[in-house]
Amino acid sequence: MLSGLPRNSDPNLMVGFDSSDDAAVYRISDELAMIQTVDFFPPVVDDPYTFGQIAATNALSDVYAMGGTPKLAMNLLAFPSCLPLDVVGAILEGGASKVTEAGAVIAGGHSIEDQEPKYGLCVTGYAHPKAILTNSGAREGDLLVLTKALGTGILSTAAKAELLTPEEYREMAGLMTTLNRAAAEAVAPVEAHACTDVTGFGLLGHLKEMAEGCGSSLELWARAIPIVPKALELARDGIIPGGAYRNMDFVGDDVQADGAVPQEILDVLYDPQTAGGLVIAVPEARGAELLSRLSDAGVPAAAIGRVGPRGERLLRVKP
Amino acid sequence: MNQIDARGYSCPEPVLMTKKALKELGKPLTVLVDSETPLQNITRFARNSGHTVASRSLGDEEYEIVIS
Repeated sequence: MLSGLPRNSDPNLMVGFDSSDDAAVYRISDELAMIQTVDFFPPVVDDPYTFGQIAATNALSDVYAMGGTPKLAMNLLAFPSCLPLDVVGAILEGGASKVTEAGAVIAGGHSIEDQEPKYGLCVTGYAHPKAILTNSGAREGDLLVLTKALGTGILSTAAKAELLTPEEYREMAGLMTTLNRAAAEAVAPVEAHACTDVTGFGLLGHLKEMAEGCGSSLELWARAIPIVPKALELARDGIIPGGAYRNMDFVGDDVQADGAVPQEILDVLYDPQTAGGLVIAVPEARGAELLSRLSDAGVPAAAIGRVGPRGERLLRVKP
Repeated sequence: MNQIDARGYSCPEPVLMTKKALKELGKPLTVLVDSETPLQNITRFARNSGHTVASRSLGDEEYEIVIS
């Protein structure tokens, strides 16, 4: 879609849209890089405050995935004129609560009238240029670590049809409103080689980009991948969003899945996530340290695979 | 044969309609859908519930699914 656009080059643009990364990175000086990202979407849950929190958690995540700290945010809001103002207020309050939790500040924004509500933010963050973590630096032998369980796309599809218990709904909302801040802080000291966050392309879609970026193949251990149990049950029941099937069309040819991997696990690996966790490629020798730092920070995480030699396909899913 | 028309509904409605129809009307059941997503979802649901599933394209993004 972007291929026809003119490419403006600037030697200080460290990460642009050539590498399908999470955010753009611009070197301001040898000591400072600016990270910029924008994301917005229609409501994924009915409650406006929670929706605002989810949209902000998701937008802020791209800065964390690049190894940065969010500093400044601007709201992007579209809403129909019939929407009560207190609903609009609740969306913005939800967003502001997460920006504040991130230690950043909302400095303004822009709203337009539209038939369907949409909310998100443009977020600017900082990092040392040497601390930038792209999605393309993984090296053979690296361990792949995932934070946050998968399944939010399937769970939100079920929530729309009121198929979740209040407890299951809370678990889903909890995943989508947990900032990747603590995770990113645990990653910072371990000299990770690459990092990305899991969002709309699903785990396998984002890992495909990571594999393409480093020219190696990634091996995944299906049963080690954290998945919300209810999402597996729903996948077996065929409650899977269209986005998961689009991801399969997009990435399926690059995936070699062992026949023993249960279909419902594979389905969840394609499930589009909102405000998903981070996938980190860490040198194997630092893997245990990363997992222990994440655990100390209260961030659920697991080693889910490794970077291997370039094989027939970019991604190999083993049981 | 029992038939339901789930065309025009977006997921997860077609699966829920199928589930309900299987319970109330029984099988064999024919379900009409108008995109790949409900086709895949209904196939997964029915197979995992122990039914036999056959489907065919009726052309132009329309599918007929027979559950028996």
